[in-house]
Amino acid sequence: MSSPSRQPLLEVRNLRVEFFGRRGRLLALDDVSFHIDPGEVLGVVGESGAGKSLTGASIIGLLEPPGRISGGEILLEGKRIDNLPYEELRRIRGRQIGAIFQDPLTSLNPLYRVGEQIVETIRTHLPMSEQQARKRGIELLQEVGIPSAAERFDHYPHQFSGGMRQRVVIALALCAEPKLIIADEPTTALDVSIQAQIITLLKRLCRDHGTAVMLVTHDMGVIAETADRVAVMYAGRIAEIGPVQDVVKRARHPYTHGLMGAIPEMGADIDKLTQIEGAMPRLNSIPPGCAFNPRCPSAFDRCREEKPYLLPVERSQVACWLYDETGARREAAHG
Amino acid sequence: MIAFILRRLAQAVLVMLTVAFIAFAMFNFVGDPINNMVGQDTSLQDREALRQSLGLNDPLVLRFGRFVANAAQGEFGVSFRLAEPVSRLILNALPATMELAIVAALLAVIFGVMLGVYTGLYPNRWLSRFFLTISLIGVSLPTFLIGILLILVFAVLLGLLPSFGRGEVVRIGWWSTGFLTWSGIKALILPSITLGLFQMTLIMRLVRSEMLEVMRTDYIKFARARGLTNRAINFGHALKNTLVPVITITGLQLGAIIAFAIITETVFQWPGMGLLFIQSVQFADIPVMAAYLILVAVIFVVINLIVDLLYFAVDPRLRIDGGRSGH
Repeated sequence: MSSPSRQPLLEVRNLRVEFFGRRGRLLALDDVSFHIDPGEVLGVVGESGAGKSLTGASIIGLLEPPGRISGGEILLEGKRIDNLPYEELRRIRGRQIGAIFQDPLTSLNPLYRVGEQIVETIRTHLPMSEQQARKRGIELLQEVGIPSAAERFDHYPHQFSGGMRQRVVIALALCAEPKLIIADEPTTALDVSIQAQIITLLKRLCRDHGTAVMLVTHDMGVIAETADRVAVMYAGRIAEIGPVQDVVKRARHPYTHGLMGAIPEMGADIDKLTQIEGAMPRLNSIPPGCAFNPRCPSAFDRCREEKPYLLPVERSQVACWLYDETGARREAAHG
Repeated sequence: MIAFILRRLAQAVLVMLTVAFIAFAMFNFVGDPINNMVGQDTSLQDREALRQSLGLNDPLVLRFGRFVANAAQGEFGVSFRLAEPVSRLILNALPATMELAIVAALLAVIFGVMLGVYTGLYPNRWLSRFFLTISLIGVSLPTFLIGILLILVFAVLLGLLPSFGRGEVVRIGWWSTGFLTWSGIKALILPSITLGLFQMTLIMRLVRSEMLEVMRTDYIKFARARGLTNRAINFGHALKNTLVPVITITGLQLGAIIAFAIITETVFQWPGMGLLFIQSVQFADIPVMAAYLILVAVIFVVINLIVDLLYFAVDPRLRIDGGRSGH
């Protein structure tokens, strides 16, 4: 275990999430482990359905039935939070872990003034009077860059544009000074021209407040620019996790490699982008062994039989048998 | 806002004129009004003189104008059956119907919303399924049957409540109220349940489906992620968002409760407008029927106007005053 001075803010250990349906169980998250340090930005990338958002929802305890955590644990500052009763977890949500969702247009209740929603959130978590909360709310709106915040405070959500609404959502996520923010594709629904502004804002705010961020996205550009470390997810498992430079520039896992090859580069003289053959398997048809093996150019026998676990490779961890020396040796002994 | 109200008022006037025309047509073209007034042995000359003196030979437009002018002053002529001014008959029957309708509507709204919220929030609980099954009975059983069943159980078998009439009433000015006496209140119970049950189940099912829908929205998810209490989420955020359709239906149903109290009033011999109307139909008492028609139209129009105004109170997106600004 790490020393107390370097205790991670959030630790997820062997998280399993299953969906219980009429036709049996579907394993949606399989043995997911990672940690986030205080003030750190962890990017989580992967295709749709890889389990990125599900991981975020599990952490804040808002998995929707029939989804359920069926194994592993989630620790916030060393304390387990995955098995807390609803009411205690509610106190953590917003207060310790904030959340930002994909679509700012639908995240705000249309029938309440923006200010009312901010004051409500502040007063749910902090012992403040109506006036104090209002003052703080206006300051927050100023901080997220909303012009004439005092006036806008009393406007309704429909009077704000998409980008402005996402700023309000960020203010709402920050208003009780949480230590961690889970941002689930915060810019996907926005205009490209606004995306950069929102990411810059989020980054600046979290640096100023010392807030850690789990940034879920499928935009590698955003990750490369913002994250300290990156976790790459595939079919409900973590394929690779490590410092952003390593993952982007020297991808270890064949899947990450393919993913990076699919990013267009300015000035590069290529006719075609590399693309990974095939598609991510559906949850009910994940192949045995490594989930990526049918699409993997370097797959060998072991990949089809044995599920890889995260192996340390320099500063990263990679779930790929290519990097298992002991295993290779074992295989040699067998053969 | 003001422009909107004026526009709605103009529409209301149009609707009222149309209804008035139908009532007027009933007056003039269903049988001969003179025949209804005079005996068999009245000579043709006398009939013609009466026709002339009543202005029945005037052009149609003029007669319609006169009808509207009279109706606007609450003057609908004299009942054929009771030989009393229609306005007085209606005025006497109005309080009974209004009190019955108000109590029924309150029952329907209060219990409908409460049960709807409960079954919407906890769709899988045993109790929710029980309420839903019961509500099916409320929706599908005809009103008169429910009334008769209630009379059988509570009036005949248990002997707890009266089976007909209003009990003792107290007169306050021209309004006669049953709220102030014990027997008046007891007499209200069965008819108001009978009248309100269908509306209650309707409102309950509507609130339930709206709640189910709203609970799935992003802003509820975000409200949870902000750590708001369940109470704030369920009643502050979710319920308020279900209100617009609920207000619409409730408003229309309130009109329906007043207008169609006929069956309940007949079953319970409730001395209200519905009973008056049914008796008038049996006697082809056209002035009463025409007045009833117009009164019901007025009630519907007024309720619709109130419903439209309530939208503005509930949903800020409809208020156009606040300026929209870009980023």
